[in-house]
Amino acid sequence: MVVRKVKEFIIEKLILICGIASIFFVLLIFLFLAKEGLAVFKIVSPSSFLGGKSWYPISEPPQLGILPLILGSAIVTLGAAVISVPIGVGCAIYIAEIAPLKIKEVLKAGIELLAAIPSVVLGFIGMVTLVPMVKNVFHLPTGLTALSGSIMLAFMAMPTIVSIAEDALYSVPKTYKEGAFALGATHWQTIWRVMLPAASSGILAAVMLGIGRVIGETMAVMMITGNSAVIPQSILVPVRTLTATIAAEMGEAVVGSEHYFALFAIGIVLFVISFAINVTADLFLHKRQ
Amino acid sequence: MVNAAFDIKGLNIWFGQIHALKEVDMDIRPNEILSIIGPSNSGKTTFLRMLNRLNDLHINFRMKGRVMFGRSDINKMDIETLRRKIGMVFALPLPLPLSIFENVAYGVRMHGEKNKNRIAAKVEDALKRGYLWEEVKDRLGESAFKLSGGQQQRLCIARTLAVEPEVILFDEPCSGLDPISTAKVEDAMLKLKEKYTIVLVTNNVKQAARVGDRTAFFLSGELIELDKTDKMFTVPRDKRTDDYISGKFG
Repeated sequence: MVVRKVKEFIIEKLILICGIASIFFVLLIFLFLAKEGLAVFKIVSPSSFLGGKSWYPISEPPQLGILPLILGSAIVTLGAAVISVPIGVGCAIYIAEIAPLKIKEVLKAGIELLAAIPSVVLGFIGMVTLVPMVKNVFHLPTGLTALSGSIMLAFMAMPTIVSIAEDALYSVPKTYKEGAFALGATHWQTIWRVMLPAASSGILAAVMLGIGRVIGETMAVMMITGNSAVIPQSILVPVRTLTATIAAEMGEAVVGSEHYFALFAIGIVLFVISFAINVTADLFLHKRQ
Repeated sequence: MVNAAFDIKGLNIWFGQIHALKEVDMDIRPNEILSIIGPSNSGKTTFLRMLNRLNDLHINFRMKGRVMFGRSDINKMDIETLRRKIGMVFALPLPLPLSIFENVAYGVRMHGEKNKNRIAAKVEDALKRGYLWEEVKDRLGESAFKLSGGQQQRLCIARTLAVEPEVILFDEPCSGLDPISTAKVEDAMLKLKEKYTIVLVTNNVKQAARVGDRTAFFLSGELIELDKTDKMFTVPRDKRTDDYISGKFG
């Protein structure tokens, strides 16, 4: 009896430690990020850091304005959203409502497969196929542009958007559909006026999570957006995103230098953006239940 | 026979291997309330959903026989036209996730009406005929989910009326309602039969006795008996009908 109780006790405590550990690590990461990142504000003010137009971290004195990087991330993300949201939601409607059972299975498997491709591989494929194509179609000096990044990232956001939106559509009560049909609605009228509004919060959550995936993506964007830290004037010029900046420069930044602190501060900005997006998506998902 | 709303000959329905309706022959007359009673799994709801072809949504659905709606075969009609002419009210009140006004306006708009005044007039008219107008006229913009169960059910009736059907199918419309709401819905049905043909599937034998002109009794997919309601409830021809309505099984 006693042995069994001791065993129970030990197992319970072990599981407790596992639970605490995950929170503890998050806290540690956050503290470290804050400690290293906030140091940059001893050198530049938050407004000139976020609003500064030039990013020359190793000039003397360094200019640490990340506005070009924020805009770079924004334009690539916006482009990816414009491409992936209509296609993703359309695909979800097709899978949930229209596709015959067999095609449905094939499509779902295909989309899961798309999610399984490592981003560096996608980036590599994009570099040798998409980039020359963009260059030729728009007669540009280089195909390494925000548009190329947007198209590539749209592919990465698609699996998230499709699977969550499809789930939302699938969980609309069957009775809604029958009610609309019984009034003489066509299939499309039913989808447009009943199914989509009923699933809207789930679909919005799907879109937010897809966008979250795009903002955090690093490898593929770094490979195909051209990495030039200037304020983009159009979608057809090279840009550099927040994530790519950290990945590209962390190796050469001297530990404890202004450059090093600035990169961590970019990390904080990214963290805040992703966090905001996840919370919004969560709110939408919550509303659904 | 042209003066029948529906004329059904040799109807058989299968869902996969399950033979849900067997050799049903019957007619449904204009401006009558036909009640359909029977225990669960007797095929009565399947019969009802056959009339507006809602069974077609089921993948394994198969049907044999001829069902005439007026002069046309239902399986040869345009399905949206058929469903507009044959309205349906479901067991659970089923408002769409829209406002009270929009729930009724939905069908009207869907069938091509664009003029705002005409839509508003039709909504008001439908709500009046569904005996709901007085209770909701000051809060048409509120969500339909705020209404009580009985009100929601009458909203669904009004929504059905707004698209101007010829026949209304009721699928156990009072199964989720309290006695007072039930009485209101039954009142509405009795008044509606002046203009419409009504088919009522009900688990409540007393309800069939109260509102039905004729009553059909289904058992295990077969039509056992179809007769005038008062006759069936006093001198049923079949022993099984007698047993069911007197509560010996079911």
